[in-house]
Amino acid sequence: MTIDARLAVRAAGVGKVFPTKDGEVVALTAVDLTVAAGEFVALIGPSGCGKSTLLRLIADLDSASSGTLEIFGKPAQQARIDQDYGIAFQQAGLLPWRTVKANIELPLELHGVARTERSVRVAELAELVGLTEFIDRYPDQLSGGMQQRVAIARALATRPSLLLMDEPFGALDEMTREYLQSELARIAAETEAAVVFVTHSIPEAVFLADRVVVMSPRPGRITQILPMGLSGMTGDALRESSAYFERVTAVREALHGAPVERANER
Amino acid sequence: MTAISTVVERQLPSWLKIIAPITVGLMMLLIWFLAVDVFAVAPRALPSPVAVVSELVLRSDIILEDMGVTATNALIGLAIGSIAAIALAALASNLRPIDGMLAPLVAALAVVPIVALTPILNTMFGASSQFGRQTVAAIAAFVPVFVNVLRGLRQTRPVHRDVLRASAATGLQTFRLLTMPTALPYLMTGLRIASSLAVIAALVAEYFGGPADGIGTAIATYAKSGRAALAFAYVAGAIAIGLALFLVTSLLERAVTRRTPV
Repeated sequence: MTIDARLAVRAAGVGKVFPTKDGEVVALTAVDLTVAAGEFVALIGPSGCGKSTLLRLIADLDSASSGTLEIFGKPAQQARIDQDYGIAFQQAGLLPWRTVKANIELPLELHGVARTERSVRVAELAELVGLTEFIDRYPDQLSGGMQQRVAIARALATRPSLLLMDEPFGALDEMTREYLQSELARIAAETEAAVVFVTHSIPEAVFLADRVVVMSPRPGRITQILPMGLSGMTGDALRESSAYFERVTAVREALHGAPVERANER
Repeated sequence: MTAISTVVERQLPSWLKIIAPITVGLMMLLIWFLAVDVFAVAPRALPSPVAVVSELVLRSDIILEDMGVTATNALIGLAIGSIAAIALAALASNLRPIDGMLAPLVAALAVVPIVALTPILNTMFGASSQFGRQTVAAIAAFVPVFVNVLRGLRQTRPVHRDVLRASAATGLQTFRLLTMPTALPYLMTGLRIASSLAVIAALVAEYFGGPADGIGTAIATYAKSGRAALAFAYVAGAIAIGLALFLVTSLLERAVTRRTPV
């Protein structure tokens, strides 16, 4: 029990089947995965490999059809209700009629945190994601990258020990993307939260993660889990190191066991 | 180059946007005046705009009184129809069986020529009651509000629902913080359309009996008794009511849609 509680995520034999008109579609089968507290794990694989489905199961946005799934030793639903995780999606998903401040404090407001305490926390979070001057703006006045930083701040509002991210930088340009990757690496280190990060991008996975989980489709399953062991380096030093390129190659080769990816899924 | 110049040409300067329609309106009034008073080529029943304006000034007290009656009927109808529409749309969006029951009924209600019901309603509620007219206005207002609100309640985006679910929001919190703000612009659009319909319905209902007051009754009476100028002055009053309601609801709509979903 104590060992389980120190694990952020424990999935054993997890499967997900979606019923459709033409019969059942197996989205995910026999997934075994553990994520330690404070660990950064990237899920990578071609479209349809079930990586987003797995993230949604962990977040209790969908429920698993089979297997057991525990978040900090609790069922996923209990972890969601207890706000053990924060989540960010590919779309920032900000409420357009709320200011940046009101968007960041939404999870706190939902749980009855007092107004003054909320303001303090929003100021901290805005500082953390570098948006202090923008907290009174509305989302449509921000660039895509800034909107995504607001979404990350919102995900961190309740000080979760687990951060779930579903291709949060997928819709951004390369420059913004690399910048936010470095920011996220810093934020994850500062908050000491475990991260489960879904991505299409091999360099992104290698840059960010302690371990890269390679998945393949039809049916969605884990084919390989690769430890990166690059924790000593950060930023551009990491991006330009030969160890980094070796890991990129290793992940690419692991993916080639699966059907070839489309060109846009670099 | 040509593309740029056409864009520039299409953008009227703001003063012209205001001046242009006023000029056209004044020119039409002038043509009307010339046709009736100077050249006398108009039909005899068409009064001069000068006569209409003088009646409007002279009889402003009774015109305002009748405007009050019609406007009140329209507003009461608008309020009752809208409240019923919002309540039923909320029910329909939450309970699928109710949606199934209501959708065909509302479709049927939308094609009923509501004015056709007026003589029956006036007879039902008696000649001294405004209730028939208010009912007609309420039915007219109901349909656009119901259709728009129901649509608005279904516009929440999946990513927003996921965000609230992930934050463990209760059903009531989700409604207050997501569903309602999303639906609000749609409600305002419905109200704007319904406001014009309620005025038309309340006014036309007066042509089919009921108490001897209101703009519609006056127009019918004075048109029949050959006082065309006074009848036209009442038409101006009717336009004023419709315009006022339309303006108020348009401003409300604009205030609410300032931050529409991106």
